[in-house]
Amino acid sequence: MSADKQESFSFSPENLEKAKAIIAKYPQGRQRSAVMPLLDLAQRQNGNWLSEAAMHYVAEMLDLPYIRVYEVASFYTMYNLKPVGKYHLQLCRTTPCWLRGAGDLRQVIKDKLGISHGETTEDGLFTMTEVECLGACCNAPMVQINDDYYEDLDADIMAGLLDKLASGEVPPAGSQKGRRGSEPFGERTTLLEKGDS
Amino acid sequence: MPKLTVDGVEVEVEAGATVLQACEAAGAEIPRFCYHERLAIAGNCRMCLVEMEKAPKPIASCAMPAGDGMVIHTNTPTVKKAREGVLEFLLINHPLDCPICDQGGECDLQDQAMAFGPLHSRYHEPKRAVPDKYMGPLIGTVMTRCIHCTRCIRFSEEIAGVSVIGAINRGEHMEITTLGQAITSELSGNVIDLCPVGALTSKPYQFTARPWELRKTESIDAMDAVGSNIRIDARGNEVMRILPRLNEDVNEEWISDKTRFVYDGLKRQRLDRPYLRKDGKLTAVSWDEALEAVAAKLKALKGEEIAAIAGDLSAVEDLVALKDLVTELGSANLDCRQDGAAIDPSCRAGYLFNTTIAGIEDADALLIVGSNPRIEAPIINARIRKTWLRGDLKIGLVGAAADLTYAYDHLGEGGDVLQAVIDGSHEFATVLKNAENPMIIVGTGALTRPDGAAVLAGLRKLAGDCGAVRDGWNGFNLLHLAASRVGALDIGFVPGEGGRDLAGIMAGAAAGEIKAVFLAGADEIDMQGLGDAFVIYTGSHGDAGAHRADAILPGAAYTEKDATWVNTEGRVQQGFRAVFPPGDAREDWAIYRALSGHLGKPLPYNSLEELRARMVEAVPHLGATDTVTPAEWGDFGQAGAIDAAVLRTPVEDFYLSNAIARASATMARCSAELLDAITGATGTDG
Repeated sequence: MSADKQESFSFSPENLEKAKAIIAKYPQGRQRSAVMPLLDLAQRQNGNWLSEAAMHYVAEMLDLPYIRVYEVASFYTMYNLKPVGKYHLQLCRTTPCWLRGAGDLRQVIKDKLGISHGETTEDGLFTMTEVECLGACCNAPMVQINDDYYEDLDADIMAGLLDKLASGEVPPAGSQKGRRGSEPFGERTTLLEKGDS
Repeated sequence: MPKLTVDGVEVEVEAGATVLQACEAAGAEIPRFCYHERLAIAGNCRMCLVEMEKAPKPIASCAMPAGDGMVIHTNTPTVKKAREGVLEFLLINHPLDCPICDQGGECDLQDQAMAFGPLHSRYHEPKRAVPDKYMGPLIGTVMTRCIHCTRCIRFSEEIAGVSVIGAINRGEHMEITTLGQAITSELSGNVIDLCPVGALTSKPYQFTARPWELRKTESIDAMDAVGSNIRIDARGNEVMRILPRLNEDVNEEWISDKTRFVYDGLKRQRLDRPYLRKDGKLTAVSWDEALEAVAAKLKALKGEEIAAIAGDLSAVEDLVALKDLVTELGSANLDCRQDGAAIDPSCRAGYLFNTTIAGIEDADALLIVGSNPRIEAPIINARIRKTWLRGDLKIGLVGAAADLTYAYDHLGEGGDVLQAVIDGSHEFATVLKNAENPMIIVGTGALTRPDGAAVLAGLRKLAGDCGAVRDGWNGFNLLHLAASRVGALDIGFVPGEGGRDLAGIMAGAAAGEIKAVFLAGADEIDMQGLGDAFVIYTGSHGDAGAHRADAILPGAAYTEKDATWVNTEGRVQQGFRAVFPPGDAREDWAIYRALSGHLGKPLPYNSLEELRARMVEAVPHLGATDTVTPAEWGDFGQAGAIDAAVLRTPVEDFYLSNAIARASATMARCSAELLDAITGATGTDG
């Protein structure tokens, strides 16, 4: 699995500055507390995954034993310990999304990209991970692509999204059916002024 | 001092105590897996749930501070149900392989499932399985059995001071692992005792015995000068394993890996019959022939042509008998310092660990000179680390840097730095002076140098200057390496009037003036230097001494005799025989007694009791078992110039430091795999 190996890692000059600023937030002698933001920073610099080299680098920077860093990195699902595609699709499969058609989205991804849970396309563009509730149930079904939520999906919209992403265009995040946040479609239906209804 | 009621019994506990401790004080038994009184509180097994009035649900008693006026119930239906629930969950993923598990019969989970568990499981789905992990040559793993109490993680992090064990992943996927690395600690074996299930087991002991078929003998360890309290488990005439015994003043409940795993060395390379060198070859002979030949040889010699050197593994009784025998033969050429250390036997306080091991916890400044306590006495090092963790112990080291598992100020490597500290010109001298209870630990490595006596005198002066010696506190400590050493010094196994010391004996032997040398298990001297002398070796193992010997009189190892040991503190402890010596081997004192008969000068005792009576008569404090008799401060050492050479520990290989360890395959594996990691000069210095 040569793709999972990385020879060495170090922060870019601007990230090194950021790292120093993060470490400085914690009191003297408590620099270990910076482990999570630093791992995040490293992951962002490193194409959205954490290599062993990156974790060793962070461990050394904070004077932590490697195992303590690895414990943290392996505990949280937001740290990717294997390389992921340019677009990391995190498909919510918890009950509300599932009832609203998460299964269809999974099928679209499978049909269009040929990947299932935990797999990456051969061109390295997409990785799909099935995840538990991401807390956007009112706009179910939804998928998180890298840092952004794409909500109010169905099979067609999902297919369109994937096409756009494949062509290098990043569609705007949020509801894909045009509503703002989780407001209702069309007119308000609750909290009306007296006499509105 | 909070007062609370447990099951209707009112108890008062110290502030900061937990509800669990209060329950124990009230006589209520609380089952637990993750809680351990010497480790940080984790609160993750939930086995210690109890009911507290006014609380909406059961509380984890181990993690709840005892509060004034709490009303606790430990025997209600709720508590019973809670325990059953916890155990049912724990057993969901625990395999039912007790019949083939090494922990079977002494397993916390097994016992508590019997006492508190539900009658049956309602779980019918497949159990989870976890791949076993590699943790080194000592720790065997069956990780499917792990219940994630995290005791092993906390032990390695807190007590041993090495962060190699961790818990990765989460929830149902949580696994304890070292990421394929060996546990690089000299105390690693203790995680086997701490593991409440059979997940971490002893690799050398794996599948060799069941706990209920073992005969348990409480005894004393002889691998170092700490005198750890041990329990020797034997089946038939074979030592199957060695476990620690609780002694708060010495080893608490830990033992070093050498103490725990050396026992396979007791079965190899043993001297089990007498030998005589005939035509240059060692030939097995009968006891009568061997003793007769030795007696004939000795009878032809003058007293001053005979000498005796004591090794590291001899008990006090053995050396008393040997000293009596050699004295009877008219010789004063005795020495127990086979490493040539300039220990001054004239003042007992000058060769003891006067502060005592438990006393380390009262120290607030510590100077270590020419020693690496981590490999010289791991248990004492653990006590230093424990005190250091508390936060107010300042530690300085003069000598070669090493990873000691705690941070220290590396003052320098050489004797010049030591001289500066003694003069008071080095700033650490001020640290010692300002400390309330300053402590100095000098290793024997600092005393085996040509200027050893000057180092000793210098440190004596420093101890006086910095106020380390006063009523109720003696901060001067000599850290010995050999289990036999302090006992030998106490009985005066040192050159008598006009007698030769080690260097004198060696020079005499080389020059032909010393014609016969007794080696009481002495394997660490330069055998070439003995010249043409007739060497009589008494000991248990075929090591360097036996190879050089002209007559071998096979003796008993420390597990094979009732014996008195004096540890580096001067604590007198009794060891007991767990198994018999192999073959024709006998207890060493009895060999000297028999030889004295052949010489026509019988020693005045026929039994161990009579020997002990004589020993206590000569040295009264040897009768005070399990106590440290404080020693009077006096003059010792010899003032002189201290050389600038680097001070370093004399222990080259922690795992192979004596004849028994060198015969052990387990120790050889440890030496090959772990030695570099525990002696490497990395990490925490500075």
